[in-house]
Amino acid sequence: MRKCEVTGKMKMSKKLRSNLITYGIVIAAFLLCQLALSGSIEGFKMSRSLKGQLVPICVYIVMAVSLNLTVGISGELSLGHAGFMSVGAFSGIVMSSWLVSAFQMENETLRLILAMLTGGAFAGLAGVLIGIPVLRLRGDYLAIVTLAFGEIIRNVLNCLYFSLDGANLYIGFNNPNLPGKVIVNGPMGATGVSKIATFGMGFALILFTLFVVLNLINSRSGRAIMAIRDNRIAAESMGINVTKYKMMAFVTSAVLAGMAGALYGLNFSTVTASKFRFDTSILVLVFVVLGGIGNIRGSVIAATVLTILPEVLRAFSDYRMLVYAIVLIVVMLATNSPLLFNLMEKCRTAAARFTRGHAKAQGKEGDAA
Amino acid sequence: MITFLSYLCSGISLGSIYAIIALGYSMVYGIAKMLNFAHGDVIMIGAYICFCATQYWGMAPITSVVVAMVVCTLLGVVIERLAYKPLRAASSLAVLITAIGMSYLLQNSALLIWGANPKSFPSVVSIGSISLFDGQLLISGETIVTVLANIVIMIALTLFTGKTKLGKAMRVVSEDKGAAELMGINVNATISLTFAIGSALAAIAGVLLCSAYPALTPTTGSMPGIKAFTAAVFGGIGSIPGALIGGLLLGVIEILGKAYVSTELGDAFVFAVLIVVLLVKPTGLLGKKVHEKV
Amino acid sequence: MTQYKHKSDTKMVPVPSMAIVPERDIDKAPVLEARHLGIEFGGLKAVDDFNLTIGKTEIAGLIGPNGAGKTTVFNLLTKVYQPTTGTVLLNGKDTAGMNTVQANKLGIARTFQNIRLFSNMTVEENVRIGLHNQVKYGMFSGILRLPAYWSQEKKQHEQALDLLSIFDMQHMADVKAGSLPYGAQRRLEIVRALATHPSLLLLDEPAAGMNPHETEELMENIIKIRDKFQIAVMLIEHDMNLVMGICEGICVLNYGRVIAKGTADEIQQNPVVIEAYLGKQKEG
Repeated sequence: MRKCEVTGKMKMSKKLRSNLITYGIVIAAFLLCQLALSGSIEGFKMSRSLKGQLVPICVYIVMAVSLNLTVGISGELSLGHAGFMSVGAFSGIVMSSWLVSAFQMENETLRLILAMLTGGAFAGLAGVLIGIPVLRLRGDYLAIVTLAFGEIIRNVLNCLYFSLDGANLYIGFNNPNLPGKVIVNGPMGATGVSKIATFGMGFALILFTLFVVLNLINSRSGRAIMAIRDNRIAAESMGINVTKYKMMAFVTSAVLAGMAGALYGLNFSTVTASKFRFDTSILVLVFVVLGGIGNIRGSVIAATVLTILPEVLRAFSDYRMLVYAIVLIVVMLATNSPLLFNLMEKCRTAAARFTRGHAKAQGKEGDAA
Repeated sequence: MITFLSYLCSGISLGSIYAIIALGYSMVYGIAKMLNFAHGDVIMIGAYICFCATQYWGMAPITSVVVAMVVCTLLGVVIERLAYKPLRAASSLAVLITAIGMSYLLQNSALLIWGANPKSFPSVVSIGSISLFDGQLLISGETIVTVLANIVIMIALTLFTGKTKLGKAMRVVSEDKGAAELMGINVNATISLTFAIGSALAAIAGVLLCSAYPALTPTTGSMPGIKAFTAAVFGGIGSIPGALIGGLLLGVIEILGKAYVSTELGDAFVFAVLIVVLLVKPTGLLGKKVHEKV
Repeated sequence: MTQYKHKSDTKMVPVPSMAIVPERDIDKAPVLEARHLGIEFGGLKAVDDFNLTIGKTEIAGLIGPNGAGKTTVFNLLTKVYQPTTGTVLLNGKDTAGMNTVQANKLGIARTFQNIRLFSNMTVEENVRIGLHNQVKYGMFSGILRLPAYWSQEKKQHEQALDLLSIFDMQHMADVKAGSLPYGAQRRLEIVRALATHPSLLLLDEPAAGMNPHETEELMENIIKIRDKFQIAVMLIEHDMNLVMGICEGICVLNYGRVIAKGTADEIQQNPVVIEAYLGKQKEG
């Protein structure tokens, strides 16, 4: 018994260590970026294009981690994650503009936080509404329906018009004739958005997301979610309410995506619904898969690397997306093809045999001596 | 009433194109159990090849369609061999991401070769339109050819999978690969054949799509591809009549939705109907119900 | 192992055999009563008119040739399938319209013929899933790491190790369930089911793939579990040594119908059973 308790504690610390490493990487990267931004060290500076990518990188990290909660931890393939992002973006923008218009709120940090909370709340609401029908389906059917919902959200947003007149908010559906100052203009999207998103807030959102997701995974609820992923029927027979926990993962993921969306929306002066196309959902899914399904740290790293990669590939100019596609295919083949896997395994055993043989030979020599 | 009929006609025409693409999706899904996201881009490649054949190489429309089919067939088989075959034992997500990578690859190759500017695709259909009700209802030649092509393809494929040895092999492989191998069926060849047929159909669909909607760009295929996949799921994936019904219904719903509800919401309407159908019948209209053994 | 005296004057609690009456169950309501249970799959009656009563702390066996419908009975009892006819009473409560989760909360837990562990999770986590409904703290306590989280996690950890100690598996707590040897996986399934605090434990071929020594241990452990937790156990098994050795009442199923009920001795001598089952297989 005593021995087991010790191993139990060791396991806890192992998980804790892994989580701490993830937090550590994020904090270190943030500090490094701050250093580069300050330009205090000669020759260690950030290019303009990369500077512009800082907030999007934060957004994509949050998107990837939150999607990993659905795809990796809960085991449901969602192809409509950008839909939640867009709900968050537009509700966040409207909230931010309304705060200015109604309360003359000038504090940008507070406005940004309130906008992100609003974005998260509305995306969560959308997550509940979509989750109820979607989570009844399984596998590829679920995937196609999430895709469908993502497209529906985009289409509906294309028809929405918002305008502000003092503290009054007007909403029009397919009706552009609204009183006051128009802030969201149907297919033209939100224009004249005040760019209040900051890298610091992006960093804070990443930490918040990691805190929520990692703590959720290592709790009673998280284990129930993973149990359902591993074996739904067994989980049911253990008395676990499948709908409840699937919903919990799905809605949490939607809320986080909504918050990321609000941050993203407030980083540009113009935001249209077409920015949150199906391609964006796929892009985030690629981050999740390349980072490792269910591996949160992997998602963080993959989202960062793959957002920077096209910037780095700028040297290839026209060929960069082509190279990106080839990199994607080659990485997938290299990590999943049994042929390559066996080859690598063989190399590894051969190397192990070699070193062992070497050691043995040395040992014999020692004996002889 | 006449306007309704004319909308219905264009709906059926669009639906027939969806049905042809959906067939390719459905067959590939049935046999390889994968969402081949690159399928939509094979459509685009087919259209570009046909465009080049008629515009640059001076071929007759019929020959250029055949050339497009041949190129796409080869393309489909090569894609399968290079990218999907090594992943047959891998998780379905890995295959999905590879297919997405393949889709990016095709789109960006097309972008490099043909540029981003839309090409005005010349219709390959030379027959004139039929006018009914004293010229109030005009059915275009493209519509007629599309619907006819759809019917011919459906019949041919039904006969092929039902009567021929190769077609039966395809059905067996989609049911159980291991058992098929034990029965002496060459599984790899059968899967390649499926990709070949699906890609040839994609070429036809691409030509018909661009004959009806002439602007051809590297992303022409992606949205019809997604909608056709939706149609395949709608009708019950893996089923030939399902693809036909799903495609036709989707096309009609889309056109009528755009005409009578809202242009902006046409696509939303299509996807909403899909969701409703899947909730009522989780495996699509003609899909088989699968029991999970406990 | 089955040394129970027959007393014609004591009040009897019917058990599957309708013959053996463990004195310890006297005056206790049965844990399970299945009445006229039946299910059809597309016109085929997989199980028909299945009647069974299990006493509070009884060990019951369900045997029959392959395809007789044994696992289907388990699926009916655990509400994986909804019966087309008949009722199931668990601890006296009707389970009509309930789902698997509700049936589990009412006190029925099971293992699976084809092992269904959460293979990507550790052994301890598997047991913790079984303890899920015993441990009460919500999503927010979990995320915010409130005091409830720490105290309940500690309790859960201790309970899990305690349960694992039944099969001497504490040292494997951190091993991935999927990488355990076959026999250990079966044992873990039993522990996991026990963790849900059932009053009736259903074991679907618990000895499948075990060697004779492991089976011997398993038999002892099943009795130990019954004695320690004071629960009823019902098992499907093809190993006749196990069934005849520990089951106090045995029910024989063939083609979805009960063909015999009784003690091990009675079943072994029943000509119908011998014809349908033992006749072909001798001692199994």
